[in-house]
Amino acid sequence: MSKPTLDQLEELVAQALSRIEACANGDELTACEAEVHGKRSAFTQLQRSLGELEPEARREAGSTLQSARRRVLDAYARREGVLAEGERQAQYEADRLDLGDVVAAHVRLPLRAGHPGIIATTQATLEDVFVGMGFTIADGPQIETDWYNFEALNIPPAHPARGMWDTFYVELGEPETVLLRTHTSPTQIHLMEEAVANDTLPIHAVMPGRCFRRDTPDARHLAAFHQIEGLVVDEGITFADLAGVIEKFTKEYFGPEITSRLRPAYFPFTEPSAEFEITCTLCRGAGCRTCSQTGWIELGGCGMVDPAVFAAVGIDTSRYSGFAFGFGIDRCAQMRHGIADMRAIADNDVRFLEQFS
Amino acid sequence: MKIPLSWLRDFVDLPDDVTLLHEILDDLGLVVEGVENVGAGLEDVVVARVEEIHAIEGADRIRRVIVEAGAGPIEIVCGAMNFEVGNHVPLAPVGAVLPGNFEIALRKMRGVTSNGMLCSGKELGLGDDHNGLMLLDGFEGVHPGLPLLELLRVSADVVFDISPEGNRPDAWSVMGVARDLAARFSTTIHDPAQRVSESGGTARASASITAPELCGQLLVAEIRGVVVSDSPSHVVRRLEMAGMRAINNVVDASNYVMLERGQPTHPYDVAHVAGQHIGVRQAQPGEILVTLDGVERELGRPGRGLGDTGVDCVIVDSKDCVIGLAGIMGGASSEIRADTCEVLLEVAYFDPMTIARSSKRLGLRSEASHRFERGVDFNNAHAAMNRFVEVLSWSSPDIEWVRTQHSEGILPELPVVAVSTLEISALLGTDISADEAARLLRFLNCEVTVAGETLSVRVPSSRLDIRSGEAGRADLIEEIARLYSYRRLGRRTPTWTQAGAWSARQNLRRSLRSTSVGMGWLEAWTPSLGSDEDFELTNPLGTKIRITNPLAAEESVFRSSMVIGLARAWSRNQERGNGDVVLFEIGSVAVHPNDAPVKRLARGGNAGVQEVLLPSEHEVMTVVLGRVDDDAVSAVASWRVIAGRLALADTDLVQSTGPAGWHPTRYALIVDASTRAVIGRVGEIDPALMVNVAPKARVGQRLGLLELDIDVVGDSQQVLRRSLTTPVPSKFPAVLFDLALVTPLSVSASTLARSLRAASDVVESVELFDVFSGGNLPPDARSLAFAIRLSARDRTLDEAEVMTARAVLLQAAAGLHAELRGAPLL
Repeated sequence: MSKPTLDQLEELVAQALSRIEACANGDELTACEAEVHGKRSAFTQLQRSLGELEPEARREAGSTLQSARRRVLDAYARREGVLAEGERQAQYEADRLDLGDVVAAHVRLPLRAGHPGIIATTQATLEDVFVGMGFTIADGPQIETDWYNFEALNIPPAHPARGMWDTFYVELGEPETVLLRTHTSPTQIHLMEEAVANDTLPIHAVMPGRCFRRDTPDARHLAAFHQIEGLVVDEGITFADLAGVIEKFTKEYFGPEITSRLRPAYFPFTEPSAEFEITCTLCRGAGCRTCSQTGWIELGGCGMVDPAVFAAVGIDTSRYSGFAFGFGIDRCAQMRHGIADMRAIADNDVRFLEQFS
Repeated sequence: MKIPLSWLRDFVDLPDDVTLLHEILDDLGLVVEGVENVGAGLEDVVVARVEEIHAIEGADRIRRVIVEAGAGPIEIVCGAMNFEVGNHVPLAPVGAVLPGNFEIALRKMRGVTSNGMLCSGKELGLGDDHNGLMLLDGFEGVHPGLPLLELLRVSADVVFDISPEGNRPDAWSVMGVARDLAARFSTTIHDPAQRVSESGGTARASASITAPELCGQLLVAEIRGVVVSDSPSHVVRRLEMAGMRAINNVVDASNYVMLERGQPTHPYDVAHVAGQHIGVRQAQPGEILVTLDGVERELGRPGRGLGDTGVDCVIVDSKDCVIGLAGIMGGASSEIRADTCEVLLEVAYFDPMTIARSSKRLGLRSEASHRFERGVDFNNAHAAMNRFVEVLSWSSPDIEWVRTQHSEGILPELPVVAVSTLEISALLGTDISADEAARLLRFLNCEVTVAGETLSVRVPSSRLDIRSGEAGRADLIEEIARLYSYRRLGRRTPTWTQAGAWSARQNLRRSLRSTSVGMGWLEAWTPSLGSDEDFELTNPLGTKIRITNPLAAEESVFRSSMVIGLARAWSRNQERGNGDVVLFEIGSVAVHPNDAPVKRLARGGNAGVQEVLLPSEHEVMTVVLGRVDDDAVSAVASWRVIAGRLALADTDLVQSTGPAGWHPTRYALIVDASTRAVIGRVGEIDPALMVNVAPKARVGQRLGLLELDIDVVGDSQQVLRRSLTTPVPSKFPAVLFDLALVTPLSVSASTLARSLRAASDVVESVELFDVFSGGNLPPDARSLAFAIRLSARDRTLDEAEVMTARAVLLQAAAGLHAELRGAPLL
């Protein structure tokens, strides 16, 4: 092959382009690249010959050559993309399977014990206890508005009490109107609104579910966690009923030797409000590190539904009263299984998952 | 809030039993987070004078020190370097037990015996200074052998770390806590404050309120002849025990009063307040203030918060220049300095919500804002001012309190709430007499009149959290119950006629879970929030439900699918050598309202009056099948097990192109055969995605996928169930034969099977057992081999009946262009 000259550049480009386009697969394209690009290719020879030119002419020729080269490289990349896509499509075609024709009898699955998740089983056990006590079970959405999560629960905007819940807000609508629920209590509002609209009071329900708080995860909390909430709205319901239900639940779930007690607390949606504590399940009340030597551990919050909440949902307080309570499913799970670090839940290590039944 | 027991005792007589007090505080709703014994362990520490200091051979970090502690020279090895011969330092002799249960023993270092330890402030629990020994030379009456506690004039104290509930403005002060304790012990409060008189001098200071709805009252005292110095040691010690740092006697007096009485006050240096005027007004939008912490803040601009109008309340001087952010933090310009000699003291009541909003918007919380946003006791303002002057006079005795200037805005009304014993027992389920209820409420400074069974209660200014009307009644009943003790209230297990029951959804979840577990699968738990990238893998065109304030970018988008999360969980296990598993999850995913065909509207906005468009949430079950031989085929087989377990009437797999994240040519929609509702999807993960989500997977590993929309599965209108009427299987022998049918690719096996099943009432079952394509079959068809089982309930089928049935079956097949294999194709 005679030494190429710059005059032949256009021709060289055209040739290269057509060769690239003609490549039918990756191997051909690789071979083609060497010819266009390799040490002995016309382009490289031209590049070398630039040295013989005067500086001015060299600059001009260099840039012409460069742009020609670029066009070839672009075509190469394009072709590479087309071929790869084709190969992928061909692979997909080779893989094609009509799932309607699957013969189940041909599938041989290995024998292995399956396991439900720790949260799910804990939740199921709690549900069973409450169903046994006459409660129904309700669900609610995880993405809520400020009305359901806060305001109808007697926590108006900018109320200092909002600081009790670090909230994840969702970029939707007006700022801070849409959020990830920080507790299961909004489900109470849904239930009461529905019961009023459909005239189906009374309510005796528990509401389990996933909630979110903007807390950096640590051994005891994940930013996503699970609560179970209870609500009773009926005639003649008193604080004594609340204390009785908490006590009955405590005995049913934790065992007959565990008891409960209430102490004053503040929740905007209940009045009177209480925090409920149970006998430390580790030391059975003797006092240990877990319960800070008190013999008691805090489990959750409860109280009589605040008149402001009943007003928000339109329940007649001259006829109905009610109580609500809530606590962490995760915490029950952690206590029951003695899990040192709750972050293990999100890790999903098989060796962890296989321990629950 | 940290409260020393000795401070409480200034107000109320209390027993010595700390455990009892702890328990009582808890029971009053003043939860004790911790109890600290301050000064305990210092009983044995004495003052020692340094007599000699010698280097120890071969040691450059410790020295041999001879000290005199009143009973002859003692040899000590000491690592501190900040003292000289003649200095007085604390000595913990051998046998002393320092705070933190640190017992001092005889030690030998580099051949030198140490007969005790010379201590730093930190080692004694008396400060943070750990840079060297605590030097005692400045203390009055210091001499070797003197017990340290005597020198410092402190006695051991107990500090309760109380975490008051958010509704209790009164509990943020020693006095408020004392009031609750007095109620529990049925005793009286005695105020240690001495009355201080204002001088008759002519006041130069003035006060004004131009925003009466933001500031209910403003008192400004002019205090002359102030000498700024350190506070007396007992003031410093109380502040430190309460967790505050001593600054100077003026600031300390202000903090002392706040801790004691819950009333924040603010001292200004008169020299830096133009016109000696303290005014309160609303901030203009865009006004700038440099607060005490040195930060420049722009005021009066609405923030992001719902209902935030951008109202800030500010303190101004006579030139209308902003010198403080009312109720939150003072300005840097007028702070108390060493040369301050006249002080203006501001004592005010600010509107709680205004302070709460400003403090939230500016991200600025202070001890003062904390109290103002809960509502300070406005009837306590003058007493607080009096106490400030008194406390300041302890260290600056020649001060003169010139007449206080007073300006009034709008103060909250103190409601009068009626509550009857009937209402008390209706809410509590425990009877409490009118007299007992009145007695308890009076401890809280409530004005109570009893008429028969009804109490008429005027709410005290110290309890602005108590509302009016029905809500106020509940608030008062809580106070009665609290002071009465929750533990004394009755308990009753209520009964009602409604039966407890799992919801249909609950039962469905339980079936799905138990079936999955029965198949050997493991239930996983993946986060609801993920990264942009992971979202895009399965939903490249979807609108993201984005979190405004995520903790991390990897957790900023609400998931629209659980496939990637589960695949990553599988991958982590596979990397740990445990990949031969199936993971499943039952959880919620959401679709942005922009992309949702059915809009979900909910009440939202201020007072719930606006309609807000919300993402629609779906409960789904997602399965990632990652065992060695798993693929779309095992996913389909698994689906059939689940469909059987759920007793679904009939479902079809509709072959289609897999969406993003799914294998494009190994994918089918699961639909109800009658309603055509889409129940879910089955297939494999897109092999192109494996590099990303499971980079260390075996070459050729496929991940089977199954996703069920539980909302649809649970809807019996959309997904039909098998009839409950159950035919008893025939006792007569069945006839079995196979039919291999060459079927066009366009006809699905399930369609053909369904047609065969319906062809004759003697067909008991039709099972696909083999699929064959290629060979001499046409390219657009395959052979489907079915095992056919015929039976009749009341007889044994004879040969003629079987032949007829077979013909009918072939006819049904022909209707779908399926021909018996081997028969000539038309």
